[in-house]
Amino acid sequence: MKFGVCVFPGSNCDYDTYYVIRDLLNQEVVFLDHETRRIDGLDCVVLPGGFSFGDYLRAGALASRTPLAHAVVDFAHRGGLVLGICNGFQILTELHLLPGALLKNAHLRFVCKDVYLRVENNSIPFTRSYEKGEVIRLPIAHGEGRYYVPEDELRRMEENGQIILRYCDADGNVTEEANPNGSVGNIAGVCNREGNVFGLMPHPERACEDLLGYHDGIILWHSIVNV
Amino acid sequence: MKVRVLIMPKRGLLDPEGRAVKEMLTDNGFTVKDVKVGKVVELEVEEGTDIKKLVEGFLINPLVEEYIIE
Repeated sequence: MKFGVCVFPGSNCDYDTYYVIRDLLNQEVVFLDHETRRIDGLDCVVLPGGFSFGDYLRAGALASRTPLAHAVVDFAHRGGLVLGICNGFQILTELHLLPGALLKNAHLRFVCKDVYLRVENNSIPFTRSYEKGEVIRLPIAHGEGRYYVPEDELRRMEENGQIILRYCDADGNVTEEANPNGSVGNIAGVCNREGNVFGLMPHPERACEDLLGYHDGIILWHSIVNV
Repeated sequence: MKVRVLIMPKRGLLDPEGRAVKEMLTDNGFTVKDVKVGKVVELEVEEGTDIKKLVEGFLINPLVEEYIIE
């Protein structure tokens, strides 16, 4: 497979993502500059974590108005796989490729820790190597990760299987205590109706090697490659 | 033409920033019913600019924010 990693001014997980794809997955990967106008010849585009354009105005707002962001929309509409991690997730909601919005954490603190997540749907290309209902552990690091979507839209998303990951405890129970940011329904990751666009607040690229104490993240990357 | 856009979080949505400010004011002896924190964007644009299109398309997220043009 051939991957592209988007680079906006302020992206800071671009090299981590590039490293995982090239060195751990052994796949082809290129960086995509924020002025890129057309995406061709790629199978999967990743919007990495960071603070694009300093998160001025709102997280992801300025990045979502760049030529590259428009090219990502076009790529997604042509059926390409698009993965947004953290700031990338925020950009995807600003682009309306994913429903909802990401707001300041309910407790107003930047949160940087490990969380447990329940895989609610493993039928999309990004999660098929997990078991449905499996509990995984990934790190989070964000100040604006409170997922919000109006109630009627949330119901539609649940019916369509668009809720992919929920914050939970170690046993897989979705509790208020396990919710690190006040997200509606403990939601940590959602996809579009077609399942080719996926956004999540946790960082799977930081959980790919035992050296770092993690390996649950690499399964997500394997899912993409094993489509 | 100078335009001032006042952007506020939508009513009914949790505004943790406003809540934190309210708590600080309360701790300092003020009786404050509610606090909302938003932002102001000042623009200098050409006459005839479609301000509504500019604001709704680029400055706010209508899902979570509302605005007033001054």
